[in-house]
Amino acid sequence: MRVFLQPRPLFIILSVLCFLAFWLSLALGPVSLPLVDTLRAAIRLTGIPIQGDNLEQAELIVGQIRLPRTLLGLAVGAVLALSGVAMQGLFRNPLADPGLVGVSSGAALGAALAIVGGSFFGGLPDAFEPYLLSLCAGIGGLAVAAMVYRLGRHNGQTSVATMLLAGIALTALASSTIGLFTYLADDATLRTLTFWNLGSLNGASYVRLWPLLLVCVVIICWLPRRAKALNALLLGESEARHLGVEVESLKRELIFCTALGVGAAVAAAGMIGFIGLIVPHLVRLLAGPDHRVLLPASALAGASLLLFADLFARLVLAPAELPIGIVTAFLGAPFFLYLLVRGRS
Amino acid sequence: MLQAENVRIQRGTKTVLEKIDLDLRPGEMLGVLGPNGAGKSTLLGALCGELKPASGEVRLDGRPLAHWSAAARAQRLAVLPQSSTLSFSFRVEEVVAMGRMPHDSGHVRDAEVIHAALQAADAAHLMGRSYTALSGGERQRVHLARVLAQLWPGGNGQTLLLDEPTSALDPLHQHTTLQAVREFADRGAAVLVILHDLNLAARYCDRLLLLEGGRPFALDSPDAVLQPDALKTVFGLEVLVQRHPERGHPLIIAR
Repeated sequence: MRVFLQPRPLFIILSVLCFLAFWLSLALGPVSLPLVDTLRAAIRLTGIPIQGDNLEQAELIVGQIRLPRTLLGLAVGAVLALSGVAMQGLFRNPLADPGLVGVSSGAALGAALAIVGGSFFGGLPDAFEPYLLSLCAGIGGLAVAAMVYRLGRHNGQTSVATMLLAGIALTALASSTIGLFTYLADDATLRTLTFWNLGSLNGASYVRLWPLLLVCVVIICWLPRRAKALNALLLGESEARHLGVEVESLKRELIFCTALGVGAAVAAAGMIGFIGLIVPHLVRLLAGPDHRVLLPASALAGASLLLFADLFARLVLAPAELPIGIVTAFLGAPFFLYLLVRGRS
Repeated sequence: MLQAENVRIQRGTKTVLEKIDLDLRPGEMLGVLGPNGAGKSTLLGALCGELKPASGEVRLDGRPLAHWSAAARAQRLAVLPQSSTLSFSFRVEEVVAMGRMPHDSGHVRDAEVIHAALQAADAAHLMGRSYTALSGGERQRVHLARVLAQLWPGGNGQTLLLDEPTSALDPLHQHTTLQAVREFADRGAAVLVILHDLNLAARYCDRLLLLEGGRPFALDSPDAVLQPDALKTVFGLEVLVQRHPERGHPLIIAR
């Protein structure tokens, strides 16, 4: 019999982990700051004046470069992990992941269309650019999520094989379209497009951060309210209906939240795969499948994992930097294979 | 109470169930019998609102089923499907606790109900175990406990629909399960149960509905329905009907 961690110690451990990741992410980089100075600088940034020597430089680095990047990592990790939970709940299958079923590529295509379309009209207006990108990415993600869901269902049953295959086909379609854009694009557009394909927290700015933070807060507030309904949905759609869940509206909410979250995450940081697959799995192994624990715990764990992956990405080849999508794929792909093999036995 | 009035169900252009007039009474246990493909599960689907009738109407407490909100309906109507596809490792009591979702009865009351329902389904010893580690029969009992918990303690105005609740059970648990359902009905709930075993139906049900080819063939007491001629017509099975030596209900023996 497997003994799960109780929610309280789990949340304490994950919070500590998340705080640690946050702190290290502020402190480490090409110019490593002493941990204490980092903390002082961060506190000064919140407006509390504390004294210290040479804090100006630390404050500048933390405030201008590392804090937006860290917040971006935090939000992207949380949103991707929550989207993973929502997808897995929707498909009632632990192998569903926004990246695998094509939602991420759909979002990337949406963003690419916005960039290319924008450059056609002489560039997107600076003030609205992040919002427009998030919106277009969200619409792209929504279209793919809805399509995969439609294709994967037959007579009220969800076929995982069909769903994954549909995801592969739509991913291929989306990435070849992006490829076409890349081929035709001018240099500046090319750079932005490449960034979307690999995923990176580099170049984070507060302007790009806001739409994502907004979406992140909405999803973090919304999804846990549906935790019990998500639990019931795991029994099956008709069972959930018999338990009083309005299944159709729940499914719409889940698809919408996933598309919105993945869209905003992709628009802000490009395609970062496998977070939505690994994190809910790890949390389930620790704490069981109850969504009342799984949702908040996955948000914390996703944020921590992404920050650690980003630390790895910027430290391993310093001063050069790996795209974080490569790091998460290196972690995630073997993990996915392990799950497949384990599921077979 | 659950009433069906001249219900007809179509799949595509094909009528799969018709002429269903049914009045499920409080405290009654109604058995549904019939060969494979006779429309038993379709009937259950129609009665719980899963399938929309092409004509006719299903009413719960006099109101058409479609007019109920999902949450209000779930407080009065519970359904146990033939099989469930839960593949996540919830603990047994967590699965049963899902049955309490439609109610805001509080943590303490819920825990009492969950325990009582598990005991009724003879699954209390499974508490703490992971659902995915259970055998088919154990899973079936856990789901029975879940639907019992949904209506617990069962009373006038509540309806329970069960689709072959004994299909995966050993002989002892076939009886303990139907005995638990019988007690549920005795407390005032209306129960409709699809069964394959004629003798189980004869022993536990007050009335039996015999379906043949999507139509009702007979709806009456077990004594009246379980006649050799009727069973020959519907199942194509030659039987002897005797009396149970101790209990007096009909006992069906294949010839």
